Amino acid sequence: MTPHRGRLRLAGFVRRETPPSARAGIAHRPVQRFPPIDTQPHNDTLVEIRDLHFSRGGRPIFKGLSLKIPRGSITAIMGPSGTGKTTLLKLIGGQLKPERGQILVDGVDVHRQGLADLYRLRRRMGMLFQSGALLTDLSVFENVAFPLREHCKLPERLLRTLVLMKLESVGLRGARDLMPSELSGGMARRVALARAIALDPMMIMYDEPFTGLDPITMGVIVSLIKRLNDALGLTSILVSHDVQEASSIADYLYLISDGQVVDAGTPDELETIASEWSHQFLKGLPDGPVPFHYPAPDYLTDLTEGR
Amino acid sequence: MLGPLQRLGRWGLGVFERLGRGHLFLLRILLSLGVAVTRPRLVIKELYSVGVLSLLIIAVSGLFVGMVLGYQGYITLVKFGAEEALGSVVALSLVRELGPVVTALLFAGRAGSALTAEIGLMKTTEQLSGMEMMAVDPVKRVIVPRFVAAFISLPLLAAIFSAVAVMGGYFIGVGLLGVDAGSYWSQMQANVDFYKDVMNGIIKSLVFGFVVAWIAVFEGHDTVPTSEGMSRSTTRTVVHSALAVLALDFILTGLMFGDI
Amino acid sequence: MTTRTIEIAVGIFVALGLAGLFMLAMQVSNISEYRNTDGYTVHAYFNNIGGLKVRAPVTVSGVRVGRVTAIRYDPERYQARVEMTISANHDYLPADTQASIYTAGLLGEQYIALEPGGEDDVLVHGSEIYYTQSAFVLEEIIGRIMVNMTTH
Ligand SMILES: Nc1ncnc2c1ncn2[C@@H]1O[C@H](COP(=O)(O)OP(=O)(O)O)[C@@H](O)[C@H]1O
Ligand SMILES: [Mg+2]
Repeated sequence: MTPHRGRLRLAGFVRRETPPSARAGIAHRPVQRFPPIDTQPHNDTLVEIRDLHFSRGGRPIFKGLSLKIPRGSITAIMGPSGTGKTTLLKLIGGQLKPERGQILVDGVDVHRQGLADLYRLRRRMGMLFQSGALLTDLSVFENVAFPLREHCKLPERLLRTLVLMKLESVGLRGARDLMPSELSGGMARRVALARAIALDPMMIMYDEPFTGLDPITMGVIVSLIKRLNDALGLTSILVSHDVQEASSIADYLYLISDGQVVDAGTPDELETIASEWSHQFLKGLPDGPVPFHYPAPDYLTDLTEGR
Repeated sequence: MLGPLQRLGRWGLGVFERLGRGHLFLLRILLSLGVAVTRPRLVIKELYSVGVLSLLIIAVSGLFVGMVLGYQGYITLVKFGAEEALGSVVALSLVRELGPVVTALLFAGRAGSALTAEIGLMKTTEQLSGMEMMAVDPVKRVIVPRFVAAFISLPLLAAIFSAVAVMGGYFIGVGLLGVDAGSYWSQMQANVDFYKDVMNGIIKSLVFGFVVAWIAVFEGHDTVPTSEGMSRSTTRTVVHSALAVLALDFILTGLMFGDI
Repeated sequence: MTTRTIEIAVGIFVALGLAGLFMLAMQVSNISEYRNTDGYTVHAYFNNIGGLKVRAPVTVSGVRVGRVTAIRYDPERYQARVEMTISANHDYLPADTQASIYTAGLLGEQYIALEPGGEDDVLVHGSEIYYTQSAFVLEEIIGRIMVNMTTH
């Protein structure tokens, strides 16, 4: 499916099109249940991470990470593989618990919620896993229908309409009867995206949405993320190490390394004011502050020692 | 010198840690059991893959075990001129022991390992994690229906196994070796007590069903999400289920039949 | 595989399982004995019941009419008290019926054989059978024969 043929039809987006009855059926529980912890009302920050500490298997992964993600924008969080980007998304989603620090989503401390409240919060967060994480025993249609069936009691006809609209918005209405094993990597990711927006979330977290795709599919995904964000008024958190694609759509970038934010700014700002490390990362240079060599004893002594 | 001791200690700690995690997981399952009542369709779907697909191997094995019992029982009994007792020998060994135990062992190999592999694959491919992020509890949606289906299936399969095997013994004993049909059944009825033998056999298969179901879903959910981790956990399901079933059978037999 | 086929297959599976359980209960085990519990209970005292067990058959002329339901030792009479339930359709046994404990075959199970007497009154629920003959204990008989042989 090339980008120009499979043009994204904005008409397919649900927020504009859903009939009032459908909107009522899947209406979100009032958010006001959660008293905002932040004192200032109407803040523009959707996700705020304060002094996050987390380690895995005794190895510290985050050491005092703090960042803010503004509403309605696309924020890219970038860093080399293994810095804990996936871990960060799981922390935001409440699947992992930090050792210290807070994560506020829409003013709510994710890790201070009971299970029921956490689940209610998660309905308003979409997450796109690196692998897509489609349910392998369900067809494309049923995968997208899955969150709707689990959370809302909808009549079958309305459900069908909703699912087809979501599929249309990612351009895969025609693939509804395929099984996940019959999908290419890019298609699987688009189905997962349709599923992630099925419950009309306020935000979507993308875990490495660009890895392992051919250039055309990559272009499709890049423009999809941008268009969905704008059309649905979403907040997007994009985790990636693909500098080019991420900076082409992100409004704001965070570079993280060694458990902390190294640099932050708009793509243009980073172009000019980035630190030495960020410069190496953004330009993809083989040597710099991140040495080419893994830490090792002196080469010559190492070689001669064996004698 | 302390190396082996340390390894033993580490192994012991590992075992206790897993046991603890297994029990916590069981607690989560039991607390979520309500979903099996509110959404029976989920259980029915799993009953198909766990129960219906095990039916053939259980029925065929039952037939052969029954025929072997009929044959061996006859050879032994005929020496004492007591071949009329064949029916009671076949039926007692089936309802008390072989029915529940052999069915549980076959079930662990056929359905338990499949459950572990399926859940393990769902974990490895982040399907379980994905469900959590869609605010769907995988314990309720995935684990409990499979647990309940396995728990229900095993007693039913054990009953089918024993019934088929009794008929297998009949084919050989009565049909082939010429034991009187009337004494085959009447000796059986005279010596197999409903409460003491049949009910205790059913209780055994309920216990085995519970344990095999528990081990299978726990191993799946506890899989290390790699292909090696999955192959290890499927193997563990079969080995641990078999050991647990045989050990529990010993204990239950002692409790149930120890007073005579 | 449609939902319908799956549901039908599961239905067949459960039905087969229940049929298996039913067969084990009805055809293989003695549940039929438990079922007709409508009958009347009488008791009898024996000096020695030998190896008589609960659920042993109670027969008249070899025909099974009931079973032993309880056995206990009565410390006042120094005898064993045996309770037996006799099915309701055998309500014609005279009050002076005699109960004996016999062995089926040389080493078989022990059972109670009733021999009807001649009275017009019949046994009813709660009656006692007065005429009893204890179990035949092999060692006792041999011992008696030995004593007889030595005294003569
Ligand atoms: N389940 C786990 N147990 C222990 N360590 C883990 C686990 N998952 C990831 N890690 C470690 O945490 C670090 C961060 O992982 P991850 O968040 O996946 O990195 P990224 O997504 O940035 O590539 C890695 O070094 C990885 O080895
Ligand atoms: Mg990752």
